[in-house]
Amino acid sequence: MNSVQTAVSQTSPPKKSFLYDPKVRGAFYQVVLVAAIIVLFYVAATNAVENLQRARIASGFGFLNNTAGFDISQTLIEFSAAGGTYGDAFIVGLLNTLIVSAIGIFFTTFLGFLIGIARLSKNWMVAKVAMVYVEVLRNVPLLVQLLFWYIAVLGALPHPRDSLEMGAGFYLNSRGLFMAQPLWGPNIGVLVAVFLLGLIGTFIYRRWAKKQQEQTGRQYPVGKVTLALVLGLPILTWIVLALVGANPITFELPRRGTFNLTGGMQILPEFVALLLGLVTYTAAFIAEVVRAGILAVSKGQTEAAGSLGLPPGKILRLVVIPQAMRVIIPPLTSQYLNLTKNSSLAVAIGYPDLVQVFMGTVLNQTGQAIEVVVITMGVYLTISLLTSFFMNIYNRRVAIVER
Amino acid sequence: MKKALVSIAFGLTASLFATGASAQATLNSVKQKGFLTCGSNTGLAGFGQPDAQGNWTGLDVDLCRAIAAAIFDDPSKVRYIPLAAKDRFTALQSGEVDVLSRNSTKTMSRDTQLGLDFPAINYYDGQGFMVRKKLGVSSAKELNGASICTQQGTTTELNLADYFRANNMKYEVVAFATSDETFKAYDSGRCDAFTTDASGLYAERLRASAPDDHIVLPEIISKEPLGPAVRHGDNQWSDIVSWTHNAMLNAEELGVTKANVDQMKTSDNPEIKRLLGTEGKFGEAIGLTNDWAYRIIKHVGNYGESFEKNVGEGSRLKIKRGQNALWTKGGLQYGIPVR
Repeated sequence: MNSVQTAVSQTSPPKKSFLYDPKVRGAFYQVVLVAAIIVLFYVAATNAVENLQRARIASGFGFLNNTAGFDISQTLIEFSAAGGTYGDAFIVGLLNTLIVSAIGIFFTTFLGFLIGIARLSKNWMVAKVAMVYVEVLRNVPLLVQLLFWYIAVLGALPHPRDSLEMGAGFYLNSRGLFMAQPLWGPNIGVLVAVFLLGLIGTFIYRRWAKKQQEQTGRQYPVGKVTLALVLGLPILTWIVLALVGANPITFELPRRGTFNLTGGMQILPEFVALLLGLVTYTAAFIAEVVRAGILAVSKGQTEAAGSLGLPPGKILRLVVIPQAMRVIIPPLTSQYLNLTKNSSLAVAIGYPDLVQVFMGTVLNQTGQAIEVVVITMGVYLTISLLTSFFMNIYNRRVAIVER
Repeated sequence: MKKALVSIAFGLTASLFATGASAQATLNSVKQKGFLTCGSNTGLAGFGQPDAQGNWTGLDVDLCRAIAAAIFDDPSKVRYIPLAAKDRFTALQSGEVDVLSRNSTKTMSRDTQLGLDFPAINYYDGQGFMVRKKLGVSSAKELNGASICTQQGTTTELNLADYFRANNMKYEVVAFATSDETFKAYDSGRCDAFTTDASGLYAERLRASAPDDHIVLPEIISKEPLGPAVRHGDNQWSDIVSWTHNAMLNAEELGVTKANVDQMKTSDNPEIKRLLGTEGKFGEAIGLTNDWAYRIIKHVGNYGESFEKNVGEGSRLKIKRGQNALWTKGGLQYGIPVR
């Protein structure tokens, strides 16, 4: 026993082989793993290139500069079959994905919060309606819901010749929602300047009102003044300009053409169906996230705020929601990512999003599956990582700062 | 959708990790498997469509049955993989199907850039338009401003853009992934016009809720030589597909039919003798038995028989032979001699 101990104490610290050092071993395994992964990817890539060449399948990214030769129904940038390249088609698809995701996230957040709060309502009817909404919407597959909106709801709209006239230049038919398109006149600069002035005014007023409240406790009507400055002032200016005959905005109304309404702006039914489907579906999940967040705020907080004399609306807005946000933000981020990724289900209803345009038409016309799929995966990864990044920054701001 | 993803995933994995298929491997692998995998349409009446019992019929399907008959002496040894237009070439490139017989247009870019070969043209077609009668349109030139439904990833989509640009007309394209979705959207009123190959227009019209409310416009705006495709580089396999089609054409020209093929075996006509393998060793030269063409005609019939049964007078489509008549009758179908 004694001799063993001496042997160990003599040999181990100075002569201990680095092979037996757990730290070195750990690092070694990690290096081997990383190297193996790199080799695997390298072999896969070179093998793929070799196979493609042998099969005489074109490879590389040069196809992005080739003329596309097809048209796309919704383009946010100038795109035509004559001049557009596959690269342009990619950007058109990407922008279509981004716009439906951004608008979808905006509305789904609003609707989700509304329903989440409604589920906790003391009004039995409101709470049950919200519960039924959540249970129905989140338990039916999104694809089925999209087809429902597209085929059953929007497909039932009348032919353009019998468009539903909704007044104020709005028309609804099976080709979508048509509305007047504003045409900017030469005096539009005045209107923009007044709007900016209103914004600056609001900012100054808000600071002043806050200061006043902190110093004297008096409250000023911030909301109404903001509305008046940001919306009222430009509208008033517009009316005045129109009266003196220098109207900065004129409207082009949709007219009946041979087949469709022409002129004005058009929102495609595919876009509306996708947006409705994504918003209502994701809102059901967000409602549950919000409910969980609110329930996570201890009841004492509400009671304490109530005993201070705050009305229920203010308790919710100033005391409960800010604390609930800490619980809500991380799962809310996941829902935003889900919405963005689910927008690729657009293929089923013909909305020209990234997957439909790029992985559908472009992949087929060029036959370059590997490049197209890799680009598409990269784009979704980037969008998701960026969304997470910004939501994490926001999360850090609302998270509890431990002292 | 799911199928699309599967085939793309297949394609990627296969091209990433598989070592390239060596030339002349397809016939061996088909023989080893014991059946032919045939990429077919998801459902186009007259060309490739499963019936209520799951039996596939159609002109394109008959070509696959003929290939199986030539190899196995049994036309039922085919497994059909229904493919949407946008997935079809990936499925062929990746080896998921042995032959793509799915009314696909042969074009230069597809032939040279996709790693494919189109060994035969089994139907000469052209793109047309279908509209509702009540629109009062009688020519494609009157379609300025119309919404048009089309299937994405097709030559149709490209021809459409060309045609409207060349005629200086505006249109709104609504593109869908599958022919089914495309036609449903047209039928529900989303579009004023539906465009695809003329044969497809007649086939799809049968599915409309009220077929008589629709008319096909007279203009044919493109050339669409439709035929089977195989992977580039396997010349033996390409030959088999090409000669299967030619055997069916030659049989029609020589008057050899499903009914009389056994009698014809005793014919003195040297052309028939060579075709049916009683003279020469033409079958062995392409890796098959010498009675390969006999098997095709015995089980499937000649080109004319297949045409009439699937898309011609014997079918609901009632398409005239037109360009697809034999060259001897003013058409374009010209059987290369077996010699």
